[in-house]
Amino acid sequence: MTSTSTRPAIAPTRRRGGVGALYSGNARAVVYRGLRATGSTNYIVVATGFVEPVFYLLALGVGLGSFVGPVSYGGIHIPYAAYIAPALLGVSAMNGAIYDSTWNVFFKMHFARLYHGMLATSLGPLDVALGEILLALLRGGAYAVAFLIVMSALGLSLSWTVLLALPAVLLIAFGFASLGMGITSYLKTFQQMDWINFALLPMFLLSATFYPLSVYPVPLQWVIEVFPLWHAVELLRGLTTGILSPAVFIHVGYFLVMIAVGLTFTTRRLRALFLD
Amino acid sequence: MSAAVIAAVDLTKKYGDTAAVDAISFEVAPGEAFGLLGPNGAGKSTTMRMVGAVSARTSGTLEVLGLDPDEGGPDIRAQLGVVPQQDNLDTDLRVRENLLVYGRYFGLSHAQVAKRADELLAFAQLEDRARAKVDDLSGGMKRRLTIARALINDPRILLLDEPTTGLDPQARHILWDRLYRLREQGTTLVLTTHYMDEAEQLCERLVVVDKGRIMAEGSPAALIREYSTREVLELRFGTDRSAEAARTLHDLGDRQEVLPDRLLVYAHDGEAALQEVQRRGLQPLTSLVRRSSLEDVFLRLTGRSLIE
Repeated sequence: MTSTSTRPAIAPTRRRGGVGALYSGNARAVVYRGLRATGSTNYIVVATGFVEPVFYLLALGVGLGSFVGPVSYGGIHIPYAAYIAPALLGVSAMNGAIYDSTWNVFFKMHFARLYHGMLATSLGPLDVALGEILLALLRGGAYAVAFLIVMSALGLSLSWTVLLALPAVLLIAFGFASLGMGITSYLKTFQQMDWINFALLPMFLLSATFYPLSVYPVPLQWVIEVFPLWHAVELLRGLTTGILSPAVFIHVGYFLVMIAVGLTFTTRRLRALFLD
Repeated sequence: MSAAVIAAVDLTKKYGDTAAVDAISFEVAPGEAFGLLGPNGAGKSTTMRMVGAVSARTSGTLEVLGLDPDEGGPDIRAQLGVVPQQDNLDTDLRVRENLLVYGRYFGLSHAQVAKRADELLAFAQLEDRARAKVDDLSGGMKRRLTIARALINDPRILLLDEPTTGLDPQARHILWDRLYRLREQGTTLVLTTHYMDEAEQLCERLVVVDKGRIMAEGSPAALIREYSTREVLELRFGTDRSAEAARTLHDLGDRQEVLPDRLLVYAHDGEAALQEVQRRGLQPLTSLVRRSSLEDVFLRLTGRSLIE
């Protein structure tokens, strides 16, 4: 080793104040780690995240859709495939975010001991949480772009507002990822991890994904309207079809709150787990 | 001597009602090689985690590099190198990448970490493994990589938690040599160990801890002088004759220690003690005269051996 000192360069990158113990403003280092690690990832796993919603779209939208015929949405008749495509986009955003923030995080937490190493440096728990979530968003964003291209090629994007679907997908994925990571921190075994899938499946099937909420009795509609996926589906459906209502702002607000709650929760959990 | 880089007073960590660390006080001077010696569960790792600003203390005061870990956690961690007991290298990354990425965690620039990574690969004798997968490294190589990684931010203090546990003798000696070089360069080393030979090799000063408390403090030589004799005579009589032999020899040397498998006689001159054993008509199955070690100090202080 030489006597070259790297020390002075460290100081300016840190921030002071209340969140000083939680955040060093260096989430990009966690993202950088993730991108380098992706080099050795199994690309087939990555590819399934894109292929799955496309299969659903072709089978149910185009296949089943030719049988169902046009459906009425917001008083306007649209092809069935155009009706379910935004829902599938929302589901893939959810699944991608959940996969990255639960299974990936679970493994890193319990087997790779990755976070122990990270939190022994000047990184704080918020850096780690933000970095992991941003990484999930990068992947989710890539899936969304690919899906939107397929959608548009099939003529299922009905309005220019489809361009806003991409930031909307990122918002939705952010919400799911920030909450998912916090929940994962409580889980200790693989069996418990299965509960997550158990909770996601009914949400996927029931959240106005394949048919409108009006088929349910009113009390059940209220229950569905509490779930995040319903807000995601409605938000994206409005944007890809161009049939928008002021409820869009409620959906966006829902995810902003979900992100704030999820980040706070996850940061606290990481702190409790690794900086007791 | 300049101000201490670590100063603990009545440092305590409780989990529920049990105190893992029970009001220990110690100081570490800059450039010193300081050791915490004790059996598993003595509170060594917990102490290290508090010093490393990743575990909050229950009570007492602690200053690391002049800062309170409760408030300046990230500022302290930025100036520490940590070698944890269990390797937590990033197995998704290759050897050199591990160094690059870890340096980025400290907010160092790409250029800085690239330069530093090459220096540290040389230091850890891993240059020809730069592109290898972490899982393909031997245990000793992983440990050296972990130490190199801990040095990426040019730390003022290097914390090593049982650095050679689980390594074969050759790998241990290579590691000791690397750590000795760091010590010569003036890096402050704080290490825990339950190996006496390791403590004697690496530590200028150490505390012996047991059940969360400090039992003794001093240099390895001073501790041996204070708590043991110059030499030890180890005798084996076999299970049946052991107790009887102990009775016959109860006044031999300074004192005796009766272990399940052997009898230890603490004496200034071990050979003379052995002759006295034979003069009294006892024929041990095996006998060995050796220098006193920290093991003997520990045995004296706690009445049991270090690795149980």
